[in-house]
Amino acid sequence: MRLWKKLVLYFLLIITSLILFFPIIYAFMISFMTGGEILSGKLLPSTFSLDNYVKVFERLPLFNYLINSFVVSLGVMLGQLVVCSLAAYAFVFIPFKGRDFIFFLFISTMMIPWEATMIPNFFTIQKLDWINTYQGMTLPFFALAFGTFLLRQHFKTIPKELHEASQIAGLSKFGFFFRVVLPVSKTSLVTLGAYGFLTTWNMYLWPLLVTTNNSVRTVQIGLKQLQSQEVATEWGVVMAGVIVVIIPTLLLLFLGQKQLQKGLTQGALK
Amino acid sequence: MSLKRVELIDISKSYDKQSNVISNINVTIEPGEFFVLVGPSGCGKSTMLRMIAGLEDITGGTLKIGDTEVNDLPPSKRDLSMVFQNYALYPHLTVEENIQFGLHVKKIDKKERAKRTSEVAAMLGLTEYLKRKPRELSGGQRQRVALARAIVNEAPICLMDEPLSNLDAKLRAHMRSEIRQIQRRLGITMIYVTHDQIEAMTMGDRIMILHEGSIQQIGKPIDIYNNPANPFVATFIGSPPMNLASGVGDNLTSTIRLNDSILIPVPTVDAHFLTERVIVGIRPEHIKAATKETEEKDKFVVEVSNVEILGNETIFTFLLNEESWQVKWSGQWQIEIGDKIPLMMNYESFCFFNSETKEIMKTPSDVENHVFGKEVFV
Amino acid sequence: MMVVSKPKKISYWKRSSNARIALLYLLPSIILFSVFVFYPMFRTIYLSFFLTDQAGEAAIFVGLENYTYLLESDAFLNSIKATFLFVLYTVPTGIIIALILALLANEKLRGIGIFRTIYASTMGISVAASSVVWLFLFHPSVGMFNKLLNIFNLPQIEWLLDPTWALFSVSLSTIWLNTGFSFLIILGGLQNIDEHLYESARIDGASYWYRLKRITIPMLSPTLFFIITISLINAFQTFGQIDILTKGGPSQSTNLIVYSIYKEAFINYQFGTASAQAVFLFICILIVTILQFKLGEKKVHYQ
Repeated sequence: MRLWKKLVLYFLLIITSLILFFPIIYAFMISFMTGGEILSGKLLPSTFSLDNYVKVFERLPLFNYLINSFVVSLGVMLGQLVVCSLAAYAFVFIPFKGRDFIFFLFISTMMIPWEATMIPNFFTIQKLDWINTYQGMTLPFFALAFGTFLLRQHFKTIPKELHEASQIAGLSKFGFFFRVVLPVSKTSLVTLGAYGFLTTWNMYLWPLLVTTNNSVRTVQIGLKQLQSQEVATEWGVVMAGVIVVIIPTLLLLFLGQKQLQKGLTQGALK
Repeated sequence: MSLKRVELIDISKSYDKQSNVISNINVTIEPGEFFVLVGPSGCGKSTMLRMIAGLEDITGGTLKIGDTEVNDLPPSKRDLSMVFQNYALYPHLTVEENIQFGLHVKKIDKKERAKRTSEVAAMLGLTEYLKRKPRELSGGQRQRVALARAIVNEAPICLMDEPLSNLDAKLRAHMRSEIRQIQRRLGITMIYVTHDQIEAMTMGDRIMILHEGSIQQIGKPIDIYNNPANPFVATFIGSPPMNLASGVGDNLTSTIRLNDSILIPVPTVDAHFLTERVIVGIRPEHIKAATKETEEKDKFVVEVSNVEILGNETIFTFLLNEESWQVKWSGQWQIEIGDKIPLMMNYESFCFFNSETKEIMKTPSDVENHVFGKEVFV
Repeated sequence: MMVVSKPKKISYWKRSSNARIALLYLLPSIILFSVFVFYPMFRTIYLSFFLTDQAGEAAIFVGLENYTYLLESDAFLNSIKATFLFVLYTVPTGIIIALILALLANEKLRGIGIFRTIYASTMGISVAASSVVWLFLFHPSVGMFNKLLNIFNLPQIEWLLDPTWALFSVSLSTIWLNTGFSFLIILGGLQNIDEHLYESARIDGASYWYRLKRITIPMLSPTLFFIITISLINAFQTFGQIDILTKGGPSQSTNLIVYSIYKEAFINYQFGTASAQAVFLFICILIVTILQFKLGEKKVHYQ
């Protein structure tokens, strides 16, 4: 590649990265600023003091919210992995009459927007007395057509001879699932896991509906509370909250970006 | 380990209950035998093997292993092992774990597992690779792991589905003799599927040739080579294949006529071959160069359309009634494309097939069958 | 001739054994889908024909009245208009930006991984977090945007309070938020294109733009198609931004459909009309999905 072309490319890459990343960096900077600094419109804080971070944990039960978010996200992640991998296994390795029909049912769930069903779902959870519970927050999301497809796609690449060799060795259906299919599909399980964790951590509307007190509230709802309480005066505290909330998912994304990209494109296109 | 025979009685297979992909298979595979199923792709040989393994349902007939009917037994209860074309190694397990997988499932105790694994690994030269994963091995090594996994079970019957087809030619030749030796040493019954007639010829005690789901011929390789049951077997076994042409029998002149210049004189004892139509076959090595002594009426001249010199033998092609015929001579022959070459064929070398039933009527009687005088070595 | 030998009679119980086992594996999904997708979908349709009480129970059957009411209601028509405008603002722009970034990030350069990570980063940021940050950027006095306008001596804008600007502002923050996901998918698509195609084009001496037009875009079409569909569906489902940035205002200019459903159901307790709106949302998404299947098979070049 010629030098000038490289330079142009780097220039474009840097400019676009700066623009795109600016809101995050800016929020990060604000989270260290005092009220006065923010009003004067500075870009850099004079000192990197953690005052705002201390304050945000005082104003809100943010630590509890973080725990709740972790429990809910891990719960949904594990639930999805179990439920989706079981279903995907049946679709790939157990031929049976009516498989196409059930598969079609699974596809059709993708056409039903979750928001269109939230009213009855809310009442279901209410009737089960699951408002303000972890199960109310997690269980509705365990079954996921997208996740089933993603895993099915990967399971299909497992040579059928592996299945046959296990049959000859005397492995049961569940044995093959547990001892061969799951370990062989580690990468797509990680992809789906990361995806599930990420989307659940960032979920907003459902936690808003099914939490009425702070017992199982997640950080996202915490942000809403923070913003409506603090907006007038202390933007630094609000931004400290934002940074605390986005760090786990950003870390997860940085670590799993390649995986996620590969997994999502595969699940999407084949 | 008790040896068991495998008996196929009227076995058939149908996927749609309408037409059979395999029909009327009757064969008994003897204990300790190396039995090869050979045929072109799509002939049903793999399906048959998989029916024996229990991986495909048997839709008609009875399969017996030993004295018990096993039609409804799951694969693991049939007491057999199997090697797959793509080896089917578990990618997440080490070589050692792969070899032990079946033993583990059968809950054989740890000491016994370790003992058998190290024996088998030593036999196949895998000892130093035991801790590696399959993807770190070469094709040949993976093949050995698959082999090790099959024999470590000490099952009396071993099924192999084209196990060598993913190897390069040199390694394939080597593994042929190695598999044969292991089978002899362990004394197991081997049922081996291949599309490669050379594998079938060199490995099998007996071979069964399948075509379009039915048996063409079963027998010892050399018998099949010498006495092919029909034109299909004649062209399938042997390389290059037997040359075939349709001939017209003529009772008046006692000849079978292939074309204007080739007339095959038929002795009176064989006069019953002089039917209206007959399929005539001859192996490439039986077409000889005409010499000065050859009588003019036995001589015919052909124009060479292709030549391959393989070092120790020369194969050339000519056209007869628009069919390519091939001739194989040992040694190197200076032949150019376009050369006109005088040839001759002995009556004794011909095969005749009935043009209706395709059955063989006459087999070649001048096969060179050499026997060593054993006393020479004493 | 091939004669089919009579198959052995196998009992129904035995023949269906696979189906029973498969059902066991599928049961968790089937139960959850039934309870949380199929049942509520039918329930939503059912409720849309009723007036409801506070507990969301059907009280009085009104037939299509909820629908006729909605179609005559300015608020709902306005919400539809806002939703479609929002889709129009966010989807094409968002995808074009993501495509440009993906093309940049697909160049083989030293340190390209860092740029890819930055471009993908917004995928790790929640709606709530991003909306709070943008709320600050849009702030009339301390926000970055008005400060920039100030520098260039331009008049200040009430980004979120001015009905002519609010939807634009919300769209801007949404485009930013969705860039990461779209970028990641498109980059994946680009990396799936066979290198040899470019090599042979280079040997033929094709220019960058020619290669982009003749190889990249056609080969990328399944990916682009997929991301267009996902973006459309996402846009119809937008909620968090609205709840934090504008609450549907000012003067309902950002009252997108899901927010409108939420308000109708959980603030006004009008579950019947809310359900009718939900059915409308369902139909919109159904149309998008069906279009994807129909058009996708015809127009898109698959490898």
